[in-house]
Amino acid sequence: MTIHAPTSRRPLDEAATDRPTPEPPRPSLRSRGQVLTPYLLLLVPTALVVLALGYPMIRQLVMSFQEFGFAQQFGQPPEWVGLDNYTAILSDPYFWVVTLRTLVFTAGAAGTTMVIGVALAVLMQRVAPAARTAVQIALVFAWATPVIAAVAIWKLMTDHRNGVVNDVLVGFGLTEFEGFDWLDGGAATFMLIGATVVIWASTPLVALSVFAALAQVDESMVEAAQLDGASLGRTVWSVLLPNIRPVLVLLGILQVIWDLRVFAQIYSLQQGAGSTEETNLLGTYIYHTGIGGGNYGVASALAMVMLLLLVALTWRYIRRLGKQGDLS
Amino acid sequence: MSAANSIMRPRTARGRTTLNAVAVAVALVWVFPIYWMINTSLQPTSTVRVEGPAPVPLEFTPEAYLGVLADQSFWTALSMSLRVSLLAVAVALVSATLAAVALSRFRFRGRASAVVAVLVIQMIPAEALFISQFRMLSDWGLVNTVLGLSLLYVGTVMPFIVWMLKGFVDGVPADLEESAMTDGCTRFGAFARVTLPLLGPGLVSTGVFAFLVSWNEFTLALVILSSGGRVTLPVWLQGFQEGISGTDWAGVMAGSTLIAVPVLILFSIVQRRMARGMVSGAVKG
Repeated sequence: MTIHAPTSRRPLDEAATDRPTPEPPRPSLRSRGQVLTPYLLLLVPTALVVLALGYPMIRQLVMSFQEFGFAQQFGQPPEWVGLDNYTAILSDPYFWVVTLRTLVFTAGAAGTTMVIGVALAVLMQRVAPAARTAVQIALVFAWATPVIAAVAIWKLMTDHRNGVVNDVLVGFGLTEFEGFDWLDGGAATFMLIGATVVIWASTPLVALSVFAALAQVDESMVEAAQLDGASLGRTVWSVLLPNIRPVLVLLGILQVIWDLRVFAQIYSLQQGAGSTEETNLLGTYIYHTGIGGGNYGVASALAMVMLLLLVALTWRYIRRLGKQGDLS
Repeated sequence: MSAANSIMRPRTARGRTTLNAVAVAVALVWVFPIYWMINTSLQPTSTVRVEGPAPVPLEFTPEAYLGVLADQSFWTALSMSLRVSLLAVAVALVSATLAAVALSRFRFRGRASAVVAVLVIQMIPAEALFISQFRMLSDWGLVNTVLGLSLLYVGTVMPFIVWMLKGFVDGVPADLEESAMTDGCTRFGAFARVTLPLLGPGLVSTGVFAFLVSWNEFTLALVILSSGGRVTLPVWLQGFQEGISGTDWAGVMAGSTLIAVPVLILFSIVQRRMARGMVSGAVKG
């Protein structure tokens, strides 16, 4: 399906027909492969993943139970402190503020991305090929734009002095946006810009994947629904979407994961936009605590809490993956 | 792909026109930021700084580009980005191919758990690990090195490209290899002469994908290349925005364009295959 083997390139078939072999016993790949081969093949990739992700994960768990600050960076052995880091975090009201803010941000950004993405996919299905291509090209460009470049563009567009967003709003008669400072004017408008950058960049994946999935839905079902007099909205909601549920679930999960851990966009917007205290999400909070503040123990505990939050939100999906056992 | 449900099309001519207009409007809104980037990058630095960018670059000038290209730190960052990305792609692609073949062509004890592990590991975000990744590389003396950052990128992209490549290997019929083996090829010979050439397009897409992830990545680059001037392009671009005397937006947009254009080109080539691969993987799963 995904590979288009050109028909001209079939040396094997020709070679096989030249030779009049009297039907040799075809050795099955499975029986001939030594038992060890797959494990040997997996050795290097597994080692690399363990080195880059597995070991840090364990190390982080250990560090979250230790006092690990500047002294430890200069060689002092870390001290075991049990659950101290966790109690420090959980009893800090600021942690709850940041967590709540992160959850609201995630729900808002992921939800909006999914809704706009599905809407654009349905729209692409219904328009002329030229219009569809225009949408596809625009989406692919937004998707591909490197994240820091994207943030820079949006920063320029929402600049309080010369930003085009304010110009347009003022042009529509909303004069209160003259010189309005989106990034330094409080957490709400800052988050709005952050979410806009995220949604702009992540909607394309949803729209294009859903569009590809919709193309595989059996037309006769849509036809039947329309014959029964179902409206467009009804057809989409009760016929199309249930048919592509696996894709929607996967995309939704990915959005939640990506938005909950968001870092680059928020960090980049924070530079030169006043206090980070008001605009931190979990990702930047971990960064400022650990890399910025040198408090690796507490930062590790924070990161573990973020991982737990992720697992809690995606648990049902992961369990289903596990249950499916042998996939394809 | 083009077989969109024709029944879903609006029936009246006016309905069609309206929808087409909406689609074109959406396309324009979505592409506008990219237009604005290029537009700003082509205007004189001083005008942009004082009045903001004009809607179209009437005062066309390559000044901002010349400024970036004359900046030594841009070239240092470009060379860092290329070295980190290419090393990560080479290592990741070779080892992911091994894993994909193992998962696609062999039935062995633990295979199902390995497949699930690939999917679960894929969901672990770097943002939840960078603290200990930094400490680890720091202990090994690999902070601020190409090798250290590449290693983390290999780990980051590995699960997804194993998954992608497994799909491509699945697409090459095992029968082809079997008949080559009947004709006297060794197992490895059969793979190298039959499957590998057919995997070509898949390897290219996967490699491009891994390259783009490494090229665009910001978080780990910021953390690992924490000191000294040798940073990758995204970190360089971030630093460029934080100029003391106010941001030189024409310059920043020229830098953004220079970083984004190769990506836009490469990405347009492979994205179709990626979106489709993702769908078929999810539907089959």
